[in-house]
Amino acid sequence: MYRVFTPLAAIAALALVTSTVNAQDKLKIGVIATLSGPPAVLGQQLRNGFQLAVKDLGGKLGGREVEIIVQDDELKPDIAVTKVKALLERDKVDFVVGPVFSNVLQAIFKPVTDAGIVLISPNAGTSNFAGKECNANFFVTSYQNDQAFGVAGKYAQDAGLKKVFLIAPNYQAGRDALAGFKSFFKGEIADEVFVPLGQLDYSAELSKIATAKPDAIYVFLPGGMGINFVKQFRQAGLADKLVFLSAFTVDESTLPAQQDAALGFFAGANWAPNLDTPQNKKFVAGYEKEFNAVPATYAFQAYDAALLIDGALKLTKGSTADKKALQAALQKANFTSLRGGFKFNTNHYPIQDFYLVKVAKRADGKFQTEIAKKVFSNDADIHAKDCPMK
Amino acid sequence: MTRLPTAIFLGFALLPAAAAFGTETYLLDLFMRVMIFSIAALGLDLLVGYGALVSFGHAAFIGIGAYAVAILASHGINEALISLPVALIAATAFAYLTGTICLRTRGVYFIMITLAFGQMAFFLASSLAPYGGDDGLTMHARSTLFGLSPFKNERLFYYIVLACLIGCYCLCRSLVVSRFGRVFRGARENATRMATLGFDIYRYQLAAYAISGALGGLAGFLLANATDFVSPAYMSWQRSGELIIMIILGGLGTLHGAIIGTLAYSLLGEYLSGLTENWKMIFGPLLVLVVLLARGGLLGLAGQVAAWWRKQHAEPQP
Amino acid sequence: MSMSLLIVQILNGLQLGVLLFLIAAGLTLVFGVMNFINLAHGVQYMLGAYLAVMFYGMTGSSLLALVFALLAALAFGLFLEFVVFRHLYERDHLDQVIATFGIILFLNQAVKYIWGAAPLSLPIPEYFSGSIVLLPGLTYPIWRLVIIASGLAIALLLYVLVSRTRLGMLVRAGANNAPMVSALGVDIRRLFMIVFGFGTMLAGFAGIMIAPILSVEPGMGDTILILAFVVIVIGGIGSIRGAFIAALLIGLADTLGRSFSVDILRLVMAPSPARTVGPAIASMLIYLMMALVLYFRPTGLFPPKGR
Repeated sequence: MYRVFTPLAAIAALALVTSTVNAQDKLKIGVIATLSGPPAVLGQQLRNGFQLAVKDLGGKLGGREVEIIVQDDELKPDIAVTKVKALLERDKVDFVVGPVFSNVLQAIFKPVTDAGIVLISPNAGTSNFAGKECNANFFVTSYQNDQAFGVAGKYAQDAGLKKVFLIAPNYQAGRDALAGFKSFFKGEIADEVFVPLGQLDYSAELSKIATAKPDAIYVFLPGGMGINFVKQFRQAGLADKLVFLSAFTVDESTLPAQQDAALGFFAGANWAPNLDTPQNKKFVAGYEKEFNAVPATYAFQAYDAALLIDGALKLTKGSTADKKALQAALQKANFTSLRGGFKFNTNHYPIQDFYLVKVAKRADGKFQTEIAKKVFSNDADIHAKDCPMK
Repeated sequence: MTRLPTAIFLGFALLPAAAAFGTETYLLDLFMRVMIFSIAALGLDLLVGYGALVSFGHAAFIGIGAYAVAILASHGINEALISLPVALIAATAFAYLTGTICLRTRGVYFIMITLAFGQMAFFLASSLAPYGGDDGLTMHARSTLFGLSPFKNERLFYYIVLACLIGCYCLCRSLVVSRFGRVFRGARENATRMATLGFDIYRYQLAAYAISGALGGLAGFLLANATDFVSPAYMSWQRSGELIIMIILGGLGTLHGAIIGTLAYSLLGEYLSGLTENWKMIFGPLLVLVVLLARGGLLGLAGQVAAWWRKQHAEPQP
Repeated sequence: MSMSLLIVQILNGLQLGVLLFLIAAGLTLVFGVMNFINLAHGVQYMLGAYLAVMFYGMTGSSLLALVFALLAALAFGLFLEFVVFRHLYERDHLDQVIATFGIILFLNQAVKYIWGAAPLSLPIPEYFSGSIVLLPGLTYPIWRLVIIASGLAIALLLYVLVSRTRLGMLVRAGANNAPMVSALGVDIRRLFMIVFGFGTMLAGFAGIMIAPILSVEPGMGDTILILAFVVIVIGGIGSIRGAFIAALLIGLADTLGRSFSVDILRLVMAPSPARTVGPAIASMLIYLMMALVLYFRPTGLFPPKGR
């Protein structure tokens, strides 16, 4: 909830001495992200990415000065609802950007969209909001989860891997992850293991993997779970024996802790820090300079969310009053995404490329994922056909 | 000592008028949350403050009430005349059944066995894949009452919650001064004496535990409607712990202490988190200070300050 | 479900068990002897891990990191005892709960403030890295064996200390009847401080030992604290022997439950529901066990006599 007037915005305001500018004219954007507890690092990436974009755009989006109001959802859905209502009712924000986690998205979706405010999710992209429950006020700059899950499956199938061991937490996204993998991989499944959400010690599962002797494992263990799994996987001596495929398990938010243990591991993603576009190079360098960390997808997707707002407001001449016009402007995706090609499908989820990325150590000793192979081109999610919006 | 509770309720009742300038529904929402948790906290204070039965699984009652409403709603049953009784009965039954086992133990063992049942409820909800599992379940329509939608109007909903809170407060108040309450309190002071007097204290405690569960179920019903959403997170042990902290912070065994504690805990958290991202570095030491400086939580602190004030102002007179 | 898998899982269960024991031992002693509920015990575990990471970064030596982190954890524990806890010994249990909860909030946030929200990691000491072959076709990480061995060694040490020394006698007496020990002219304050410092160090040691396996992150002590409470309650509060047996029981039940619940359920139901029901049951297992134990023995398996 603490307010961040981006320094540049303040300086710009002073320099121009725009004393006539009414406070009402400021574009207010509420950012809701998980900033406490172990997953806080993801929320920080999201917030940092968004703030950096606003700073790079001179403190303005679509020509309007920006005030960013950050709220911590504490990863508690009911708290998130209260915080979002504070953004909507008290702060009267023009946009809500967030959250990190899909259970928080489920909780805040209705309050925001019902209030007629545009909600832009820079990470969570669940299937229900891509399909039947899609909403004119809801835009996603990340992906529909199934798409990222499918990348490793497609790769495993194309690479001719025969026997794969699957592991994921026992919740909806975990089951989606394995289903997404299996929709492309037609070889033998050694076993499917669901672990309790938040499990830290994988000794039991690793023993099973060692006994099953697969060619590869496919892992979906986000956040701290992935860090522990990767370290223990390496320690168990399995890393040299099988191919490690994953989704949301090795990325720049977890690599500082995984380090060498994750070297050479594969993941499916829509972007990597070394993606060769001029905008992306500038973004990565800027992010590292500002926050002394390698950006992960959370940061870049939040950065894109700011670019999206900027592009749309340029079309509406800075106005958010006409909701229909605003939605249409957003739908046009009038910006150059850091990932290159980007456009919205009818359900307001992106159509984009997906890559197999591989963990590498950079010359400066830091770790990042690097693009190994393009797996899908201009991929659209399968739920869009269920969406009534045309 | 009825002035303070009356003042609290009056404050709640007048808030919508005061909040009418500007940020109305946000404040309504915030205070509605406070009142909903106050209802659960009242039930917990009944157990902890009057019976020395520290329940560390209290969030499960809230969660069960909330899930009952949301699951019925997902099957198209939105009528509160059905879902409210179901929520109450489910929470009460869970409290009654687990109570028969929990009440065999005392002290810290009681704390931990209630935690055990709370955790079981939590993991059960997390594994309810058809109802969202760990992601939770969105309620697409709020409950209706006689086919009308009183919960859709925020202001009306607010006063319904307030009415529930006052009702629960009066219920608890009359319970603790009744014969039932005297036996229940007596069991805290000296269980053996009450037993020799011929009271089957186990039955009294079980009844109190079930009533407390029912209050939790009511809070759950209201919470599900207020957030349009239920999630296993509603029954996490952290939430149970927060409830305990709230009532101790306010002052145990007074009933209105539970409300004050909930109010203080929620509002302070809301205020401090507005100041800095690291607000828990301020909040934590504040809790420690309240304990070190006062006995009996905020109410105790207020009493001590009042006594000191009177002393200061009484002395100058020769 | 092969034999070697079962052996590995039993070893894994033992490893979790001794880890829980290291934390529960301090908790049960402080609780038993001083009648003090210390929720902040879990953050001592977290602090041990963070301090080890910090000192490793400074010295580059695992051994020095261990020694310095232990000393620093001890110093910090005693500091907390001096500033806050000793004012709480005479107070109600619930007052202790709220104050130590406040300390948890503060330290979790402080750790995040100092070291950042991103998880950290500590490498396994060079000479203990890798795996060894226990049986043909059965390899096991050496570091986990080191954890098991050091945990068992500490358990033995504690057993000797508690049952063979004068200090241990006082501790046992304190767990049974602290006011009487005090009345007999023992400096109970000093005894408390020794017990407290020792417990703190054990929790810190557990954090240091587990840091190479688990990610070091804010809040890592909260879940383990709950498990440690489960252990001491099943074992009987104040009983080291009870804590040891309960810790191994919980460690084994949790690990074996997680790895075999699905397989066992598959015998009676279709694979797909078994895969979702199994983990849910596995997560509940330890709580079910605790409820069962307390149902039949309301004061745990080995309650100290005389209370």
